[in-house]
Amino acid sequence: MNAPQTVMAINLVVNGVQVAREVEVRTLLSTFLRDDLGLTGTHVACEHGVCGSCTILVDSQSVRSCLLLAVQVDGTNVETVEGLGSLGSLSPLQDAMWREHGLQCGFCTPGILMSIEGEVRSGASAEAICDEVLSGHLCRCTGYQNIRTAIHAYFATKDES
Amino acid sequence: MRPGAFRYVSAISLDEVLQNLSEFGDESTLLAGGQSLIPLMNLRLARPEVLIDLNRIPGLAGIDIVGDELRIGAMTRAVDVVTNSTVAGSLPALSRATAFIGHPQIRNRTTIGGNISHADPSSELPGVLAALEGSVTLRSIRGERIVGWNDFIVSTFTNSREPDEMVVDVRFPLRTGWTFAYDEVAPRHGDYPLAGICAGVQIVDGVVREMRIVAVGVSDRPVVLSEVAQASVGRELDETLIKELSKIGREELHANGDAHASSEYRKWLIGTLITRILGNFALESR
Repeated sequence: MNAPQTVMAINLVVNGVQVAREVEVRTLLSTFLRDDLGLTGTHVACEHGVCGSCTILVDSQSVRSCLLLAVQVDGTNVETVEGLGSLGSLSPLQDAMWREHGLQCGFCTPGILMSIEGEVRSGASAEAICDEVLSGHLCRCTGYQNIRTAIHAYFATKDES
Repeated sequence: MRPGAFRYVSAISLDEVLQNLSEFGDESTLLAGGQSLIPLMNLRLARPEVLIDLNRIPGLAGIDIVGDELRIGAMTRAVDVVTNSTVAGSLPALSRATAFIGHPQIRNRTTIGGNISHADPSSELPGVLAALEGSVTLRSIRGERIVGWNDFIVSTFTNSREPDEMVVDVRFPLRTGWTFAYDEVAPRHGDYPLAGICAGVQIVDGVVREMRIVAVGVSDRPVVLSEVAQASVGRELDETLIKELSKIGREELHANGDAHASSEYRKWLIGTLITRILGNFALESR
């Protein structure tokens, strides 16, 4: 039987890069990504699972990174918004958000992008994503209508290609 | 914001969990999906000494029909219940109720055992378990016992688990000849319901033989609306009866009021939900 630990070594893949670190067991995954790895694209706001800002993918499933401990993702494949695309080479989803003005201040955007990405991979329809995903995110600019438009625009482009 | 200091064990077998529970008892907390526990830890409302993580143990998740029960392993995720064809075929009310839990990111982590154990009065699943008169299996190094929902769910965030015990599965009875349904009203899809109803009915020759009806989100635990059920027996489920039952439900219920909804509003929601669910039963039975 393993004795309880306060610090543990973890190995995982983050946006395609192998990462090995020692972390305090109480470190939230969101804190680990931002403070230890410097991946500040993952935003934190409420830090208790209400706002959806910190959503990332773990093994292709969307999760709230403020509700997971870093030690829990040992051995997994983690994807954050930095893994989607970059300035000058946006992912098709990011491009649709940009074209349709699916953001204003942009604070909630990384979480929303990762949620949509997760649902797309699980095979959800555009309409289901609009209802389900957007209900799980707080956008204080209340830009929901344009985000819906962007989701539909993304699906239209995806279906053409 | 981050949790207070604790010690952590990522258990790899049920035996290891039970040994740890036996050793640390009250000082320990089990980490299942963490979608309620970790917020409480972030807010320092929960300060476990030892956190026992159940997520890497094989064999604790699974959905099976055993005899006349649907058995769901404690670590089965909500998303897997929502998308499971056995659940959809045998107890669609459970698929529907589970789809109301949180948002996709939450359902990807939330577990059935964790949800029931947390005994959140606003949660859907304890209401479904109550309507079906289901039970949970508790295991410790001392042995195993099966506890009915009524003895397990005590009050807000309180169950009757002993400190050395763990819920290993949740058992939903499959009642032949019955139809069950779940519906709720929430301020925003995925939020905790202001009020919800899980109801089941057995109709024979157009007449109600028996009914079970349970309200959630209105008190410190699921509330069985026994007067509504009694008043329905031997009657045809028509518009007149549904109106009568909706009124009885509103009058029978002692609903809590809080910042989200007054007691009076919750009673009206329960009345509306009774009308909605029983109306659907009436349509389906024709």
